[in-house]
Amino acid sequence: MSNTDFSSQNGAGGPPYANGPSQNPVALQPPGPGYMAHQTPYNPMQAKGPMPPGPGLYNSGPYQPIPPVSSNQALPGQPMLKRPPMGPQHSMTPPQSASPNPGSRIPPAHATPPPVSANNYQHAPAWQYGGTPPMGAPPSMGAPPPMAMPPLRPVGNHMTSSPSLATPQASSAEYRATPPVFHNAMQPLGPPTSLQGYTQQGHMPTPGNGAQVPNSFDHLEMGPKMAGPLPPQQPGPPTRHMGLSYPSLPPGYQNTSAPPNAATMQHPVQPSTQPYSHPPPYQQLSAGPAQLSPSLSGLSLQSQTPEALRVVNLLQERNLLPLGPVTPPTPCLPQDLQKINCHPEVFRSTLTSIPQTQSLLNKAKLPLGLLLHPFKDLSQLPVVTSSTIVRCRSCRTYINPFVTFLDQRRWKCNLCYRVNDVPEEFMYNPVSRSYGEPHKRPEVQNATLEFIAPSEYMLRPPQPAVYLIVLDVSHNAVETGYLDVVCQSLLENINALPGDSRTKIGFITFDSTIHFYNLQEGLSQPQMLIVSDIEDIFLPTPDSLLVNLNECKELVQDLLRSLPQMFGKTMETQCALGPALQAAFKLLSATGGRVSVFQTQLPSLGVGALKSREDPNQRASAKDIQHLSPATDFYKKLALDCSGQQVAVDLFLLSSQYCDLASLGCISRYSAGSVYYYPSYHQQHNPAGVECFQKDLKRYLTRKIGFEAVMRIRCSKGLSIHTFHGNFFVRSTDLLSLPNVNPDAGFAVQMSIEENLVDMQSVSFQAALLYTSSKGERRIRVHTMCLPVVNSLSDIFAGADVQAITCLLASMAVDRSVTASLSDARDAMTNASIDSLTSFRTSVLTIQQPGLLAPACLRLFPLYILALLKQKAFRTGTSTRLDDRVFAMCQLKYQPLAYVMLMIHPALYRVDDLTDEGALNVSERTIPQPRVQQLSVEKLSRDGAFLMDAGSVIYLWIGRNCNPNFLTQVLGLPNYAAVPLNMNMLPELDTAESQRTRAFVGWLREQRPFFPILHVIRDESPLKASFLQNMIEDRTESALSYYEFLLHIQQQVSK
Amino acid sequence: MAFTFAAFCYMLALLLTAALIFFAIWHIIAFDELKTDYKNPIDQCNTLNPTVEKLVLPEYLIHVFFCVMFLCAAEWLTLGLNMPLLAYHVWRYTSRPVMSGPGLYDPTTIMNADVLAYCQKEGWCKLAFYLLSFFYYLYGYVISTISTGMLSLPPLLLPSIRVCYLYLLSFCLYGYESNN
Repeated sequence: MSNTDFSSQNGAGGPPYANGPSQNPVALQPPGPGYMAHQTPYNPMQAKGPMPPGPGLYNSGPYQPIPPVSSNQALPGQPMLKRPPMGPQHSMTPPQSASPNPGSRIPPAHATPPPVSANNYQHAPAWQYGGTPPMGAPPSMGAPPPMAMPPLRPVGNHMTSSPSLATPQASSAEYRATPPVFHNAMQPLGPPTSLQGYTQQGHMPTPGNGAQVPNSFDHLEMGPKMAGPLPPQQPGPPTRHMGLSYPSLPPGYQNTSAPPNAATMQHPVQPSTQPYSHPPPYQQLSAGPAQLSPSLSGLSLQSQTPEALRVVNLLQERNLLPLGPVTPPTPCLPQDLQKINCHPEVFRSTLTSIPQTQSLLNKAKLPLGLLLHPFKDLSQLPVVTSSTIVRCRSCRTYINPFVTFLDQRRWKCNLCYRVNDVPEEFMYNPVSRSYGEPHKRPEVQNATLEFIAPSEYMLRPPQPAVYLIVLDVSHNAVETGYLDVVCQSLLENINALPGDSRTKIGFITFDSTIHFYNLQEGLSQPQMLIVSDIEDIFLPTPDSLLVNLNECKELVQDLLRSLPQMFGKTMETQCALGPALQAAFKLLSATGGRVSVFQTQLPSLGVGALKSREDPNQRASAKDIQHLSPATDFYKKLALDCSGQQVAVDLFLLSSQYCDLASLGCISRYSAGSVYYYPSYHQQHNPAGVECFQKDLKRYLTRKIGFEAVMRIRCSKGLSIHTFHGNFFVRSTDLLSLPNVNPDAGFAVQMSIEENLVDMQSVSFQAALLYTSSKGERRIRVHTMCLPVVNSLSDIFAGADVQAITCLLASMAVDRSVTASLSDARDAMTNASIDSLTSFRTSVLTIQQPGLLAPACLRLFPLYILALLKQKAFRTGTSTRLDDRVFAMCQLKYQPLAYVMLMIHPALYRVDDLTDEGALNVSERTIPQPRVQQLSVEKLSRDGAFLMDAGSVIYLWIGRNCNPNFLTQVLGLPNYAAVPLNMNMLPELDTAESQRTRAFVGWLREQRPFFPILHVIRDESPLKASFLQNMIEDRTESALSYYEFLLHIQQQVSK
Repeated sequence: MAFTFAAFCYMLALLLTAALIFFAIWHIIAFDELKTDYKNPIDQCNTLNPTVEKLVLPEYLIHVFFCVMFLCAAEWLTLGLNMPLLAYHVWRYTSRPVMSGPGLYDPTTIMNADVLAYCQKEGWCKLAFYLLSFFYYLYGYVISTISTGMLSLPPLLLPSIRVCYLYLLSFCLYGYESNN
């Protein structure tokens, strides 16, 4: 293969990697002082400006020449069905690409990657926001629109767009230099591909060339109005403008080639003019972008250092956080495939380039796995109704965009490679109402879609929506006053409960006895039936306890109104949760449905009674944390029974004392329910908790729900599923049983490579979720993701998704701390970062230099690992209540990636100087976008106000000398001393500052399905400690600071 | 001419080991089924194939039982050979997940690839061990009967029995490998 040729060119020519010591004098300094004194001259943030906001920018121009697509698998000679371009396509060189170097410190090698790599490495379009027609992810989908530039971006991108604009003359030479690289590389491999087409496109716009401008400028995402010889200014906020460094680049690019790189640079120059003198071949080349094999992309990955592999010395560079959210890397796929690939918020892989063999994966020391959010609320979801759902005959894969059509009548499965017939019905396209174009069917155009399943997919008639509310009414429970909130919330939302005319509802309350409520039609008022035999529970009147909500709504409302008062005087302190759950199971086992359990104390009676296992004095000092595993298997067994009968149990734990969540949580974990935990809940003493509970309950009651669901995850032959993480019961190697599925549930899957993927250019993963909607429809939601296969370590590293890796590691660590011990899990996480960086250093880096070197895509890895070590779930040394810890562990496994990341590494913003500059516009509202600060007290200044978004809680820290303007205009308070100790609301003032702050907080809250409570904090506040505990870069009594942690890793790495 | 207690122990162990071999094979098959069972019906039983679960304790008890017998018969070498497995069984049962009933396997974690692979490997190792010990007990049985009473045997018989067993052993090992 020319692959080797190419790399050997590199080897002979000089170091392929960008940061040679000679180019990076800073790196040679002893790291210590520079770090602490801070302000190293290099501040990448300044250079990396964000993309100017606005949804249009990422959409990029219509890139017409993208030719019809076939799939990778097709042989060149075979007749292929062309897949026409659909919708606006991405340009691959958006100008928001990272320019990691300000002019002052351009190592020449940074400039070296010729545009080829940019084109090849089609990371550039920030795919996930706004620019995904097939997935239909409008900006409102929750993710912030293109605010900040994605950090993991090939440098080359930058080159393609900017030099041609700023100094076309200078850059054109470079352009000439590049295509031959490609050309040479391609030739032995068959027909050149569309890459050249892209390259050409990227090059075409020369200033003043009016005829070509529109297209090409669209392509550069500048908009047609910017045509002409423009400075690279973009319609964004000037201060955040990354274009500032553009003019400095071309010279750097041209003149400063460092000696070690000279050879690599010069090599391609020789046949330079060729591509331009022969345009036609290139036109032709663009004919089949899908033929581009990822291995080709791999070729040029090796030749140049993409941005993701730019070497970062972590000990030197402090400012590693990107300006905005960290964006996932884009798989290195042909652009047309990538464009229709599954949205990363739904389906994400830890490695966007799949290693060819298990041994290669082992060498990389990175975990391979998927993170899924399969039932996520999507604003746009194609729904297909058809009597036959086309699936592969042998592996039962649903037809998806990554299959190959051999001809009109046959398609080849992309998972098992079996050739299947296209059924007659599939030939007709209901969207375009045309016949004979199976490749234009919505099934083949969307990586995420939903089928309405015919009756073959039902084992029984679809169940109705059935809700059972199980309430603790012992003295302790009544004391907290939660009954009012639950009943009130139910009354308000009783019409918003998802369901149809068959919806059923029932109630059970329990203390030392179990109380059922007969709500049958015809009764004048609800009738309470008390069962005191908790040893052998039975249903007093099985037929009338679960009633049709529509027919008996008045009775239900009566009950909800009277319930809080009924137990006002109770003196019963015991609580028989186990028998109550058994009763609930019996009640629902005929239909299946959802049980919502509200529990306020340790169950003390009947089966499933628990004893307190926590010794509060041992919290901080204990060497290892005990009792993370359940004390009894009663809840697990009951959950499995529930799972078998399609019953899911959701647990709301409102408690001030230890409740043994480790044991109780099993009931939800294995029945695919969810767990909510409100520590120290009390109506009077904890109003913030009450508000949070109310909001969560509203969301819980009204959110979408799927019943009697199963999810199967299929993957290409050669890959296999190792372990699942989340709340479910694993029924078969690839089948999860989910009695209920809700839109806020995330799943993680560890994968292993069983057979070598040598002949494959890409692999696919398909998650199919079969569920019954609340309207009684059987539906299948299918997500398919396609990823390239690579065979070199550097490509694997280049495709590493640091957030996904962190989340998967967190899930694995939770398992480890339960099966082995917490310290084991902590060591494993630390080792994970050490091992991967060691592997990068020894196997990928060709130049050894001092410091702790990481590829740019993994530069946040040690920080995230440290954050995990300091996370509630895994921290040691600080006093953490066992239930808090177990709940944090539950969340790490159960929450989707985006929320987990905030729990691990909160975002800190300075909010006293919010401006509209760079603000987002979401539905008529202006939302300011302050930049993310590092989590260090050093970043807090006494004259500012800082907002920390930790996922489920938001802190607003007010500095002692905070700008009085902020205090009066935003908080409505005269001075600092007037800030109350527990303030949870921002007053609605009619000032610009207040509006901005509230808009920002509101926007943060909208992005997640739960309600983060806001705590305004000043120095004396009791919550200050928990605020400061999130300052993970700082040293605490028991944990290392970030710098110390890095030194520790460095020590281990360079051993 | 005496049929000693040791000979009796060996004979009993021989029979029980045959049963254990059967258990081990069952164990292997059950886990293999679990692993390759892609066509799992929706309403499949929640728990792992219950027969395997039920065989765990009998297997352990049988093994403990003839270990005690060997102890009583003062067959120290045989006992020593069985000690590792005995210790393993004790460890395995004490470190089982929290369960109210008897049993070893947690249906919620059994599908994890690690656990599944471990259980399969365990099955194969035990099968090998039981097969080897089966022939060892047969050998021990013959030896103990010969050495105690049947002096009339021709002197060459003892070595020839040894050779015979070596041959059988190697045959069985070969069979095991080809199985794999």
